[in-house]
Order: sequence, then C-alpha cells, then structure tokens
Amino acid sequence: MSAARTKPTTARQSKAALGPYGRTGKAIAELDDRLGIAKGGRTFFDKVFPDHWSFMLGEIALYSFIVLLATGVFLTLYYVPSTGITIYHGGYKPLQGQPVSEAFNSTVNLSFAVRGGLLMRQMHHWACDIFVGAIVVHMARVFFTGAFRKPRELNWTIGILMLILAILEGFIGYSLPDDLISGTGIRIAYGITLSVPLVGSYLASFLFGGPFPGNAVIPRFYTIHVLLVPAILVALVTAHMVLLVRQKHTQFRGEGRTENNVVGTPMFPIFMAKTTGFLFMIAGGIALLGTFFQINPVWQFGQYVPYNISYAVQPDWYMGWLDGALRIMPSWEFAGAGHTIPFEVFLPAAVFPGLIFGICLAWPAIERWYTKDQMPHNLLDRPRDRPKRTAAGAAMLGLLGMLFIASATDVLANFFHVSLNNVLVLMRVLVAVSPFVAYFLTYRICLELQHLPQGGKRKVANIVSLTEDGEYVASPAPPPPGLHHELEAEPVPRYIEVEDQGSSSHTSVEGEGERPPAGSVRTVPR
Amino acid sequence: MSEGHESRTPVTLSTATWDDPHLQPKSQRPEHTERVILLLFFLGFVGFVGFGVAYWQNWKPWTLGATLGFGMFCIGVGLAAWGKYLMPQGPFVEERHDLASSPEEVDAFSNALIERGGGQVKRRKVLGGMLAAGLGVFGVVAAFPLIRSMGPLPGNSLDVTNWKAGAYLVDRQGRRLRADEFAVGTVVSSVFPEGFQDNEVAQTSDVVIVIRAASAPFGTGSRSSWTPQGYVAYSKMCTHLGCPVGLYERQQNLLVCPCHQSMFDVGDQATPIFGPAPRPLPQLPLYVDAEGYLRAQSGFDQPTGPGFWERTT
Repeated sequence: MSAARTKPTTARQSKAALGPYGRTGKAIAELDDRLGIAKGGRTFFDKVFPDHWSFMLGEIALYSFIVLLATGVFLTLYYVPSTGITIYHGGYKPLQGQPVSEAFNSTVNLSFAVRGGLLMRQMHHWACDIFVGAIVVHMARVFFTGAFRKPRELNWTIGILMLILAILEGFIGYSLPDDLISGTGIRIAYGITLSVPLVGSYLASFLFGGPFPGNAVIPRFYTIHVLLVPAILVALVTAHMVLLVRQKHTQFRGEGRTENNVVGTPMFPIFMAKTTGFLFMIAGGIALLGTFFQINPVWQFGQYVPYNISYAVQPDWYMGWLDGALRIMPSWEFAGAGHTIPFEVFLPAAVFPGLIFGICLAWPAIERWYTKDQMPHNLLDRPRDRPKRTAAGAAMLGLLGMLFIASATDVLANFFHVSLNNVLVLMRVLVAVSPFVAYFLTYRICLELQHLPQGGKRKVANIVSLTEDGEYVASPAPPPPGLHHELEAEPVPRYIEVEDQGSSSHTSVEGEGERPPAGSVRTVPR
Repeated sequence: MSEGHESRTPVTLSTATWDDPHLQPKSQRPEHTERVILLLFFLGFVGFVGFGVAYWQNWKPWTLGATLGFGMFCIGVGLAAWGKYLMPQGPFVEERHDLASSPEEVDAFSNALIERGGGQVKRRKVLGGMLAAGLGVFGVVAAFPLIRSMGPLPGNSLDVTNWKAGAYLVDRQGRRLRADEFAVGTVVSSVFPEGFQDNEVAQTSDVVIVIRAASAPFGTGSRSSWTPQGYVAYSKMCTHLGCPVGLYERQQNLLVCPCHQSMFDVGDQATPIFGPAPRPLPQLPLYVDAEGYLRAQSGFDQPTGPGFWERTT
C-alpha cells in the first residue's frame, strides 16, 4: 500500500512506470482492457498482402470511391436539387438572362462562382469514370485467374452488386445537372421504363411522379444519388473488405506458395505505406485529370428543354454497351391483341443487361457444376491453363466491347465519311460474331501458350566463346542473381506418371515441357 | 540486394532475425533512395503550400488543381517508394487456417437452429402461421406508401395530347405560323398547340416539327388533305425512346433522330426506313384557315412517343 502512495519523482521513474512502450503502450493496454484489441490487432498488422501488380486494381476502385465521397460532399453543399425555374445571372456570359432550372443554375454557379468548385466537379466526374473502369478491370482479373472460386463466391457476388450500383449511381449523378444531354438520358430512361410489359406505364408514372418530365425526378434522383446508393455501396465495400480479411488473399503459384499460406508483404507498415501512397497517387492523378482535361461542360450544352436535342449524344462510357445494344436492335415491336410490347427497347435495355449480370452472378455455380470441383482454392490459375474459362471471358468482353463501339455509329460514320446504314449493318454483324470469334481465338491461343515450354519465362542469355580450334560455341549463361522472380509461376503439372501395379502405388508429377518416358504416361485431361 | 534464390524464400515475419536478408531494404543504395523520397516529400509540401496560396489569392482554377494534384501525387509516390524500397523487402509468409469448422461444430449449430429454434415453431404451428400471415401482410402494405404514393396512375395521360380541332400552330415564342411565310424546304423545328408552348409536359408529348416539303399538297389517300400547300407536321417525339427527332436531312427528305439514328421518310408518312424505331411518327392533319394561319384539323390519331403496354394498335 505504501508503495502505491509514493509518487514517482523523476522523469526516469515515471517512464519506467509506463513500461517499455511509453504512453502509446499505456494507451494500447488501456484500450485492450476494454476491447481486447491486442491479439486481433497484431494479427491484422501481420496480414500478408501478395505483391503482384494485379492486386492493385481493386485498390484503384476503392480509392477513387474515397475521392468520390470527398468531392461529392463538397458538391452537395452548393447543388440545389430542384427543377424550379430561375433566371441565370452568373458570370458565364452566353447564359446571361436565360431561364434555367435551379439544378442547372446551381451546377453552373458552383463551377464558376465557388472557389475550387469547378475542380471538385471535374474530379468527381473523372473519379466516377475511373471507379467503374477499375471495378471492371478488377473483375476481369478475378475472373481470368479464377479468384472467384470456392470459398470466395460470396465476395464475387458482392462485387457484381457493387458494379451494378456503381453504374446506376453514375447514370443518376450524371443526370443531376439537368443539362440538355443528361436530360435526354433521363428521357431515354423514361422510355425504357415504359417498355416493361404490363406495368411499364405505372412504373414510369410512379418514378417520375406523373408524366415526363415532371418536377419529381431531379429531387428523387438526388436522394438516391447522395443517400441511398452510397449507403448501400459503403456497406458492400465494408463487407467486401471483411470477407477479404477473413478469407485472406489468393496468390499466384510460386516459390514457397501453397494452398495453405499467403506470401507477400505484411499490412503494417510496408503495405500500409505503399497503399496510402497509392491512395495519394490516385487522388493526385484524378486532380490532375480534372485540372487539365475538361469533362461534361454542362454550360455549353445548356438547360434541358424537352423539345431540343444535340448531335452526337453519347452517355458516359459505362453506359455505352447499353446504348449500343439499343442502336443495333432491329425494330421488333409486338403489336396485337390490344397491346404493344416494345421489344426493340425492352430486350436490349432490360432483358439483355439482366442476362449479362445474371451470367456473371451465376458463373461460380456454373463452373462448379461443369468441373465438378467442390474444393476450396487459394492458388490462382494462369488464364492459359483454363482455356475454356478464359475463352468465355474473352467472348463476354468481345461482345460488350463491340456493343460499346456500336454506341458511336453516328460518330464513326461521320469520321470515316461512310454511310451510317453501312456502319450499323457492319456493327450488327460484328456484335453477332465477336463472341464466337473471341472464344475460338482465345481458346486456341491458350492451348498454344500451354505448349510453349518456356512460355512466360524470361529468356536466358547465351555466352558465345571462341574455342582454341577457332570455333564459336554458344552456351547458356548461368541465370543472373534475381532472375528467378518471386512471382514466376511454377510449372503446372501436365503429366502424371502411374507406376505399374505391384510396386508401392505412388504418383509423381512432372513439370511442364519435360517429356516423361514413354509407356508409363497418361495425359491428364484438362 | 538479391543474393540469388535463398533470400527469396519467404519467411514468417515473427521469426525473421535482424540480420535476415528479408529485413534488408530492397534498395541497393538506400541513402540515394532516401534523398529521392525526401525530394518527393518536399515537392509535395511545396504543392500543398502552393494550393493554399492559390486558393487564398483566388488564382485561376487550373492553378488550384495543378498544385493540389501535383502535391498529392508527389507525396503518394514518395510514400509508396518508402514502403517499396526502404522497408523490409520480404517476402513474408502467413499461414492460412481452415475456414471450415469441425463436423461436430457444424452439427451443433444445425441442431441449435433446427431443434431448438425450429422446434419451437413446430410445436406451436398456429402461432407461427399467424405470425407469418401478419408479417406477410405487413410486407405488402409497407410497399403501398413507398410505391403507390410516388405518382398518380397513368390513366390516359400517354394517349392524349393538347392538339384539338382548330388549334393554332405556334412556335416557342407563341407566335402563330402563317402558311405564306415559309419557302419550300423550310423547317420549323418546334411547334406547339397555342397556349401550351410553355407547358413542360406539352413540350414533350405535343411538340411537332413542321416542314414545308413541297409547294402543293402531297401524300396518298386521305393524307393528301393533311398537307395544305405542302406543309406537313409530324410528332417530334421519336417512336423509339422519345428523343426529339431534330435532324432534317434535306437532300433525302429524311428526319433523323440523333439518339439512336432512326430515320423517317418525310415524303411518305414518316415511315421509319432505318434504325430501331418501330412505327412512323404520328402525323398531325393541318389546314390553312381563311386568314392564312396553319391550324390542326384534329388531334393525333394515335399516342405519340415510345411504345407501352396499353397502347392499342
């Protein structure tokens, strides 16, 4: 008791009382007493992240999302979600004195009259385009390397849901300025809603609060854009991360890598330094894009007026495949029995995207069913080693890529001075054949790559020397230090040698490219 | 730094000793790397200070973005380089543990759910049934205010326009169109029924495009009486998705929709000859009254704009 009453008198003594880790250590101990953070915290710090560059794609999506949230909050401070008419009195001369909506007026004002406003708006738009793009490329990485397989199907599903929400969020946000081009986009969305059989006109009337355009759609889109979808996205991002930590990362094959470990750099401090640096690089890059590359100058398009239109009406890039599908669709309207079903709209704009996302959602199950593979997988595939999956992915990208190009038929016709009709017919053909051509070519290329013994490995130099007889001889140089890259895949086993009966039954696996002795070999079907 | 194969074999972080090559930085000249990173951080510092000055002094907008972006990019590259080149190079290994629980634990959980929980419901079927019925009705009625209150029922709003027999054709300013003021080939791109030119809904569903396509009435059958002095009026709403059909191609006498490139033959009842539009643009029958004004003989004979379920053929 007496010891407790004695106060430490010198700094040295007080430091000793705090323990070897000082005040921070004391704070950790206090926190651990209440929350028990030490064990989990250490595990979290030790979490290992694989070093491959392709794992960075998801980070781009995450960090551009952070930029979106930050710049978006800024924009909400000035944007007015109203279609009420006001007269523009700002500094942009061509619009001076024109009747515009509050939404359009506030968008132009926050761009020109608010310090830093134009930068924030430009960054927000660029970050959105990068966000959706990074999701798509990240998803392609996950698909082609088989990272979606058991046990990670749920995270694949969450990812697709986030992609759908990101596209929706982008379209709705793009509509908020109430300018001529985005207003035309809303008009098209209204037409698509109308096309739904049986309930289309009801859905459209409810969504728009009456006939088009009405005054409800801008404020409603605003609530959806700044509250509903971001909240769901934040929740899904969190779930995505929690699952990632719980299930740990996948990794490519390589030295010391097995199904039962992860090789790379630990969370703290190495990965944290690199990834925080990457966050700043992404944010800085978006700021520079927003500074030097103009995007969506709504003041040039003007206020949305239902009877006006502009040439070369193109949506943001991630809507291009849907716009292309609408363009190349033949005019197959069903009319009869007192009803109309606008298949020329409903099929490409509602059924088709449902089909595409449905295939994506169902893919892990499809593959499990096809391969009868129920094992969990933590090692990634090289795309060439799964030629059918890789070819299927290429077919999907080929189809969507062609539809994207088809969304620019008018621009292409104008640019190349060819007939618009010919461009459209050509695009119809290309869209129809592209998945099959892409599938076949990719499948063949995969098989070819599999048979290249040194495929994907770095070449080793030859040393050419002069012998005493005057002959030049080339011999392979010893591999220089560091040549064996840690990420280099181990050869995928291709042959399984089965010993004759009688001897102890053991199975040995040989590396790719090494010909096993004839007779005792059975090629493993893939 | 690489010493061939050995140093690249991953180790566990906690077991690495201080002289372990895994804990050495990757950079072969750490002092040099450190100077480069210091320069990057300094440039970031300069960028942020520049942003503050540019903001405070209200310089041109591009200076804000250039300083901010440059600062963030330099800080970012420096920080990433610090992590990549000056921190332990690794690679380190972390063991993975089975996610799956033991079969006993799985059984115990299933037992708790089915026997302990489900058993309660099974024993009191009526209670469970009534609860399910109540919650089911709740789910349905909760959707009523969310969906039904959002807008009025469509009614016939999609079928009718404000065009009536005798309605004057006016432009955006509300000025009546006279038959003698336009030469052949002239297009009046947005024309409304008088009194509705400022109504947003009418601007969508009523708007017609008037073209003086010839000097005399044209068209087949009864439609030849709809085009006095060669004036023809078509709904401007594309029958595909409702975009304004605002491009007139004079040489081929076509109306083109800029959204999805549907083309309509002006000389032949606006029949779609190309693109995804399924139907002709509805035609407004015109006449010229005694004072020379263009007026509508009647409304449209069909709904304007894109197709929908209730549209009769």
